[in-house]
Amino acid sequence: MTPMKITYYPGCSLENTAVDYAASIAGITPLLDLELEEITDWNCCGATAAHSINHELALALPARNLMTAQKMGRDVVAPCALCFNRLKVAEKALKNPEGNPLGLSYQGAIKIWDLLDYLTQETYLQVLSQKVVKPLKGLKAVGYYGCVVARPPDITDKKDYENPQNMERLLTVLGATPLDWSYKTDCCGAGLALSRPDIIDTLTQRLYERALAAGAECFVVSCQMCQANLDLTQERISKKFGKHYDLPVLYFTELIGLALGHPQVKEWLAKHLVNPLPLLQKKGLI
Amino acid sequence: MPKTTDNTLRPSFTLAEKLAQGNLSASACYQCKKCSSGCPLTFAMDLLPHQVIHLSLLGQEEKVLTSSTIWVCSACETCTTRCPNGIDIAGVLDWLKEEALKRGISVAQPEVATFHRYFLESIKAGGGRVAEATLVRRFTLFKLRRKFDINELKENMKLGWQLMKRGRMRLLGSHAPKGQAEIKEILKLIKS
Ligand code: SF4
Ligand code: SF4
Ligand code: SF4
Ligand code: SF4
Repeated sequence: MTPMKITYYPGCSLENTAVDYAASIAGITPLLDLELEEITDWNCCGATAAHSINHELALALPARNLMTAQKMGRDVVAPCALCFNRLKVAEKALKNPEGNPLGLSYQGAIKIWDLLDYLTQETYLQVLSQKVVKPLKGLKAVGYYGCVVARPPDITDKKDYENPQNMERLLTVLGATPLDWSYKTDCCGAGLALSRPDIIDTLTQRLYERALAAGAECFVVSCQMCQANLDLTQERISKKFGKHYDLPVLYFTELIGLALGHPQVKEWLAKHLVNPLPLLQKKGLI
Repeated sequence: MPKTTDNTLRPSFTLAEKLAQGNLSASACYQCKKCSSGCPLTFAMDLLPHQVIHLSLLGQEEKVLTSSTIWVCSACETCTTRCPNGIDIAGVLDWLKEEALKRGISVAQPEVATFHRYFLESIKAGGGRVAEATLVRRFTLFKLRRKFDINELKENMKLGWQLMKRGRMRLLGSHAPKGQAEIKEILKLIKS
């Protein structure tokens, strides 16, 4: 079967701190007959910094990526909540019938997806259910979508923005036990991670507590910023609040790899700070 | 009537007029407070989101532009999503940050403002992509110069080392995009 080709916008983090996410994406997509082609010569989307203090730049950066993607002619997937959101902002601005501020000619024939949405389309869920070799039995997880992948719906075009379900559907297909909780789209404040770590501590500790209250043993995420914020801070937050938190933060792509028997899963997991191996060993999954 | 010298009492409506325009449409606010009720960051704010909208419309520019709120908002878009009048509250807060910097106002959260500035400068230095390790190092130095906190420094160094061991720190910067002429034109928007 010739693989399905799609355009890919990795974003800066995936070639920096989120190499584990990048590797797991590169690892599982061939198993799904999917070929990712990076936006030629892509640039940073500007992230929170640009939309906070330089609105022209906040549009110009993702618009350039979108114009290149248009030339490449296929739908675009982004693995980062914020990259996805900024691409959508640019799309809406470029499609404005009253003309766009950059004077670019964008036809809008391609669709922008966040990676989780793309891989949880019905067809992929079916493929996945056939390919699972190691069901993730007994793994109790809460899905954490983060905020701007869903909001605001006028930009993201999401229908289930208050209570998305696709991560839960995926986890069920993989054999895990997704738990219900009401914090799945709450903010972890990642944009303030370096400038106001104290704020992050409060927001993130709240998420740990809610996840534990729901009975979770781990988080499953679809954004490297969410991952970093829940994972890198756990030791510090444990110390600060005098309570030992031990909640691995797994990428949904890593769990797909695990359930499909990808040989490199352990290498990806070894890059996390909260070590997921004890939990996965206990469940007999690794 | 005695002339007031208190600037906070002298309304200025340029801000209010700006915020009434376009998709920000703040003037439609009827103070239902739904934005503030759903905001996860209120614990760190000095003004609640609905108060920022209200004060802006009243022309209390000084108060909103010098507030912490505009900087500690995490741009989670909950308020914008839920406002019954379609007001882009998060967009208003962004607009106010940019305006505060333009006017050279001494901002309430210099760490946050500086981080944003460094981030953009790092896109420029990287020719279009961010080198995270360099950005983190530069910002850490900035923070140390403001306040030398040995424990925070130790924590950061430990974290850096843990990431390094795992191959998660690219020390030589990012791959710059090659579309040089075009990207340079865009990066000119970043004034350092
Ligand atoms: S959100 Fe972050 S990683 Fe993604 S492109 Fe934008 S800046 Fe780079
Ligand atoms: S949850 Fe945190 S990292 Fe994820 S999108 Fe929101 S602020 Fe960003
Ligand atoms: S939710 Fe909208 S209308 Fe209600 S107070 Fe906030 S800005 Fe005003
Ligand atoms: S965008 Fe800012 S003001 Fe609005 S709910 Fe989120 S943190 Fe609060």
